[in-house]
Amino acid sequence: MNAAELAPSYDLAVIGGGPAGLAAASVAARAGVSTVLFDENPGVGGQIYRGITSTPVTNRAILGEDYWAGEALADEAKASGTLIVNGATVWSLDPERVVGVSIAGKARLIEARRVIIATGSQERPFPIPGWTLPGVMTAGAAQTVLKAQGLLPDGRTVMAGTGPLMWLLAAQILRAGGKIAAILDTTPRRNLLRAAPHLADFMLSPYFAKGLALLREVKAKVPVRRVANVAAAGDGKLSEVVSDRGRMPADLLLLHQGVVPNINLALAVGAAHEWNERQLCFQPVLDEDFGSSVPGIAVAGDGAGIAGGTAAAERGRLAAIAAVRALKPDAQLPDPQSVRQRLQREEMGRAFLDWLNRPADSFRQPEGDTLVCRCEEVTAAQVRSTADLGCEGPNQMKAFLRCGMGPCQGRLCGLTVTELIATQRKTTPQAVGYYRLRPPVKPITLAELASLPISEAERKAVER
Amino acid sequence: MFKRLADAGTAVALTIDGKPVQARSGDTVAATLLVAGIGHCRTTPVTGAPRLPYCLMGVCFDCLVTIDGVGSRQACLVPVHEGMKVETQIGKREAGR
Repeated sequence: MNAAELAPSYDLAVIGGGPAGLAAASVAARAGVSTVLFDENPGVGGQIYRGITSTPVTNRAILGEDYWAGEALADEAKASGTLIVNGATVWSLDPERVVGVSIAGKARLIEARRVIIATGSQERPFPIPGWTLPGVMTAGAAQTVLKAQGLLPDGRTVMAGTGPLMWLLAAQILRAGGKIAAILDTTPRRNLLRAAPHLADFMLSPYFAKGLALLREVKAKVPVRRVANVAAAGDGKLSEVVSDRGRMPADLLLLHQGVVPNINLALAVGAAHEWNERQLCFQPVLDEDFGSSVPGIAVAGDGAGIAGGTAAAERGRLAAIAAVRALKPDAQLPDPQSVRQRLQREEMGRAFLDWLNRPADSFRQPEGDTLVCRCEEVTAAQVRSTADLGCEGPNQMKAFLRCGMGPCQGRLCGLTVTELIATQRKTTPQAVGYYRLRPPVKPITLAELASLPISEAERKAVER
Repeated sequence: MFKRLADAGTAVALTIDGKPVQARSGDTVAATLLVAGIGHCRTTPVTGAPRLPYCLMGVCFDCLVTIDGVGSRQACLVPVHEGMKVETQIGKREAGR
């Protein structure tokens, strides 16, 4: 659809078409509230269910049943009466709930009485030497092109990191007939001790059996080595992966050390955030209905804190129930109690996984010439020495080094910079804080801004 | 670096720096670039270092290319269409270019 077809306002705007957004939009639309869902990709599904409506990987055994569970969510949203707008990039949101959205090069400002931010998570930055070389990508990137375009790694592929997604992707690649030369496991051995108190809950959760089966499946075909450090080497492109277990030739290195909330939009609208020490990331401060500190704006899904795809859907439902109750008190809604019970069951087992896969300090806080800010090419040594000079926070550091001022708006350097400053200045990430972000949170051309309709009054206001 | 599991969709013809490349419908520009095996999609404004897409989900901004004359578009978010002109971006943007 094109931007001109959008109504000037909706009761509920859902930003993000992953599990949280789809579930939230379904609940709201079925309750009779005018609902629009914006997603920047060509189809819904977010990351976990990427390509769910169009994947060329039709053999369901390859991607697995957890992926295909997304089909029901997508179907439900489509049938619910939600206006689903694909290819829609939300570039701004303000506390008055005006959403700036761009579709096919045309921008519009849409008013909403309630907003649910469901922009999900992204992979944690993995700053190793050489991580900016062509040939180094995230595990999620390989998974995205497998799901959406049916692409398989070609050539010598090495994976490095920790966390369930790495093992899942490895299994999916193998099932599709791909090869993986080695997996370098960066999980610190010490983590097992810290995770142990949560083992009982984990064993009761669905993750346990699935996790063990996945590990067995992958280890049967791929050599796995525990490593304490990893580097990518090559001249203008990756040619070798170097670790404390030696050097190995490689054409593709896939990195993964967990996911963190994608906080840029929520920060830009002014929602309060706090540091999560267990998951080592910032997340929005939310009430029990996932309402943020900005009235009328909720954050659901992994963007609220990492808990996985199924939990995301339940959180989306709870946020939508609260939004609908505020807009239409007599509406037909699912019982929130049973949604909360399902959510609680989904969250069991997360504590164990969080502690088990907690990345080592050395992989989150690099040293020397390792790039921290990919966009502006600022090194760890520069960040550390600037912190030593007296620079107290990431915003002040922008003036010294420009780190965080590139197009990614700190998405790939923010956590690293905050943690490095905290370490150098012997304080906490909570005290150091994060980049101050403002719209646009995604690039928009002047032409698109100029295409915003203006009223006669607005035009007269600046004419002489 | 990447190969296709199967030839899904229909063939889509586009150009990368003027050279004809075969894409498939359903590709994003980034996916087409990776299958085509190009060495870099841009070089950085600060040091001129070569880059290829890193995250393929719209957060890393390493996949920036010029598409149909509009610069710094995230290749991983733009679906291909017939006749599309993709250009790699070299170094920093110059005024008037």
